[in-house]
Amino acid sequence: MLKIENLKKTFNAGTVNEVKAIRGVSLEIEEGSFVCILGTNGSGKSTTLNAVAGSFLPDEGTITLDGMNITKWSEHKRAKFIGRVFQNPFSGTAPNMSIQENLALAVKRGKSRGFGWGLPKSLVKDFKAMVKPLNMDLEDRLETPIGKLSGGQRQALTLLMSTALRPKLLLLDEHTAALDPKTANKVIDLTQQVVSKDRLTTLMVTHSMQQAVNLGDRIIMMHQGKVAYDFKGEEKKRLKVNDLLTLFDELRQKDQIDLGVAGFLRENYV
Amino acid sequence: MSLLIGSTTIGLILALLALGIFISFRIFDFPDITAEGSFTFGASTAAALIVGGANPLLASLAAFIAGAVAGAVTGIIHTKFKINPLLAGILVMTALYSVNLHVMGKSNMPMLNEKTVFTWIENLSDAVSGVGARTLIIGWDVATKDLWLLLFCFLAIVFFSLLLWWFFKTNIGTAMRATGDNDQMIRALGVNTKAMIIIGIALSNGFIALSGAMLAQYQGFADVQMGIGMMVWGLASVIIGEAIINDNSLGFVILGAVLGSVLFRLLVAIALRWGLNPNDLKIITALFVFSALILPGLMKNKKKLTFKRKVHA
Repeated sequence: MLKIENLKKTFNAGTVNEVKAIRGVSLEIEEGSFVCILGTNGSGKSTTLNAVAGSFLPDEGTITLDGMNITKWSEHKRAKFIGRVFQNPFSGTAPNMSIQENLALAVKRGKSRGFGWGLPKSLVKDFKAMVKPLNMDLEDRLETPIGKLSGGQRQALTLLMSTALRPKLLLLDEHTAALDPKTANKVIDLTQQVVSKDRLTTLMVTHSMQQAVNLGDRIIMMHQGKVAYDFKGEEKKRLKVNDLLTLFDELRQKDQIDLGVAGFLRENYV
Repeated sequence: MSLLIGSTTIGLILALLALGIFISFRIFDFPDITAEGSFTFGASTAAALIVGGANPLLASLAAFIAGAVAGAVTGIIHTKFKINPLLAGILVMTALYSVNLHVMGKSNMPMLNEKTVFTWIENLSDAVSGVGARTLIIGWDVATKDLWLLLFCFLAIVFFSLLLWWFFKTNIGTAMRATGDNDQMIRALGVNTKAMIIIGIALSNGFIALSGAMLAQYQGFADVQMGIGMMVWGLASVIIGEAIINDNSLGFVILGAVLGSVLFRLLVAIALRWGLNPNDLKIITALFVFSALILPGLMKNKKKLTFKRKVHA
């Protein structure tokens, strides 16, 4: 379904701010699987996701989606096949436009937009049915500007919008990180419903090991711009939060040893 | 009274400018100073064509297209070459100054004996009401043809406002509004935001150039300097409109821009009548826009202060 091969990206190359964000990520994801990506800060997990979404073009490597080589496609062209929910609840919706206008934009994802009426009456009925299961009392407030809603409500709507047309791939970039725990749980429940309903191929970046353990059928752990661990099937099912914590500690110790060795070499041989 | 009618007519013509500024400033949040060049570009294009014997309606259409091309250039400079919007606008505005001189071949082009859209209306008035007819309005004696001109401009503005309202409610127009509101979101929904900005700024400058073309025909000449200060003028109209309408829905904002333009023109006419030095007009417009921009913030602070005081008391 999604195949990433030897993907590399360096930001601000050749300057003091140079960041080697991803250093050769290879990954293959089957149709219908729900993958959680974990990793320390700066491990390149969000960068990998953004590379797939097309926020920037990679320096090296290829990205293939459903047999199409999308490596050089622009962001908006990929959007035809990819649904996205961002970390910032304000990123996924247009604040000054009404709930129904936002939804109307979403049901046209990747389609040509001509001079047809943007918000036909027939759609408004569908929208009511769409937001009702959220239990947020939004069905009677469809004309409210989205900017007046809470972060959780906006994130829930973004999730609906990104999947209103079935995407080949759903990208979730720490989409509950900016929410309070209760709201985050609500959004996670909704995520699970939406994903299982349409059997969506999903790639979710998260900070929460609990989420990674509870959700999905595969966990990928990234470290220093590469895939460090990859658990699927029975192995993933057996995995507990504590196991993940241990692995994180190991990675961290390895870093310290690496730094220690570098210091030792520098002292003795340079 | 005839001063009021004339000012209202010009206010309606400049409402097209206000609509253009509304598109760039309010829809796209793009401070587009191309307006000052494209306003004159519209005027010079229409004037040159009309003096050359073209049909004035076609000449006005050509002016719209000329402005749209100028806007598209600004849009392309900004999106494809990643130049800041203000600088992109300044580049095109500066370039247009030379273009305008070339189009007219001189700095001022009179159209006094040419057929313009407005001479058509005057002829129509003469044919219907008789040459030199006068009409009484609430006791004031005014030339009938001035009323015809006013009616024509009014209908034209109603037409263009509805057109713009309809456009921004279509699928592509909605995508454009979303581009100005949250470009990341609408890109994730498959919209080419660069194309939206280019088309939007083109549309904006098309309206502004049309406004210039109409004003040139109304006053009977095009001048290479006539665009100076027009961006702030249009902005003032939009701001006044927002203040008097105070409703954020698209239809009302468009209505507000039109009313704002007429009201601002009337205020200026009255101020000039009371002895305001015409040379001071631009500085007063600028001061006005400045205060309109900072007032909402100051009011908020004031509210906060009084609130705090209450809390302490």
